[in-house]
Amino acid sequence: MSIYLKLIWAYLKIGLFGFGGGYAMLSLVQNIIVENGWLSSQMFTDIVAISQMTPGPIGINSATYIGYVTTGNVLGSIIATLVVVLPPYLLTLYASHYITRHSDSTIIKGAFMGLRPVVVGLIASAALLLMNKENFGIAGSSQQLISIAICVASFCTVYFTKIHPIIVIIMAGIAGFFLF
Amino acid sequence: MRTNLYLQLWLTFMKIGAFTFGGGWAMISIIEREIVDNHKWINKDEFLDLLAIAQAMPGILAVNIAVVIGDRLRGVKGSMAAAFGTILPSFLIILAIAIFLTPETIKNNEVLTRIFKGIRPAVVALIIAPVITTARAAKISWKTIIIPVAVAGLIYSGLPVVSNPILYIILGGIGGYIYYTHVTLKQREEGEQ
Repeated sequence: MSIYLKLIWAYLKIGLFGFGGGYAMLSLVQNIIVENGWLSSQMFTDIVAISQMTPGPIGINSATYIGYVTTGNVLGSIIATLVVVLPPYLLTLYASHYITRHSDSTIIKGAFMGLRPVVVGLIASAALLLMNKENFGIAGSSQQLISIAICVASFCTVYFTKIHPIIVIIMAGIAGFFLF
Repeated sequence: MRTNLYLQLWLTFMKIGAFTFGGGWAMISIIEREIVDNHKWINKDEFLDLLAIAQAMPGILAVNIAVVIGDRLRGVKGSMAAAFGTILPSFLIILAIAIFLTPETIKNNEVLTRIFKGIRPAVVALIIAPVITTARAAKISWKTIIIPVAVAGLIYSGLPVVSNPILYIILGGIGGYIYYTHVTLKQREEGEQ
């Protein structure tokens, strides 16, 4: 089977079955990539590290990178990236249209009434899951203290002032450069 | 003068995509500021409903969020503009790394490592802030606060089955429907009599 077909098949699966976004998809991506022998586990870990240092979702980052590495050209990158996005794009678009069209139905109105507090919980869980030693350093270390200070300061800035969150990210990066 | 809204959508989501570190949830603060506060394209309630749709669908959360917002504002073409904008910065950056650099050069770069040690805790803060703003938009009271607390706690627990977010999307939808038909509509009928 041509490498392009393999790529398309692999990223179709990742796009269709990767629920939950970001790191929830990671084990699925890893299985498929390592299984195909495209990258070793070690190299995969490197890609994850790079994803953390570059903007954008890991699903996209890995597709772009693997697409290039396996085919040796930009076309592979483009194909893998489009394929990972396309099925969820169509499904999400369809769901969005369906819900808009039936927004007056009791089912949709009721469902969203129940979903709103759930979404708040989902966002909170994402924050909780990221409060780990990879992001904050080992418990009791000076890195952890500085990290907590940066987190609290960033929160106060975003929540209480009109300063743009992008500025907060840039400032935190500068603080990290000088403090660590 | 009115600039083209597709172009505006594309540029706004490109800005969001370029500064989203750490996955889709980290986008929410930036999206909230850009789409809800600055452009006033949608209000907070609507934003929360769109987040629920985006989360319930498979695939990359960041892209799904862009799709639902783009679609709500300008239909299919709007969703394409927003999704394309979100993807482009990370696509270009990763492609440049794949072509010109090896993973090791980035990973072992001391300056970048320090910068990102600072950015990661800030990203967590950017996810905590919308917990509070969305809780307000969802009109969470002392009676209903148990729902987000239980959802967050169970997902965080990492236990099998109950730590799956999809479970709560399903339960929330069904529970909301039952509550709406049995309590809210009944109350309204009684009020009318």
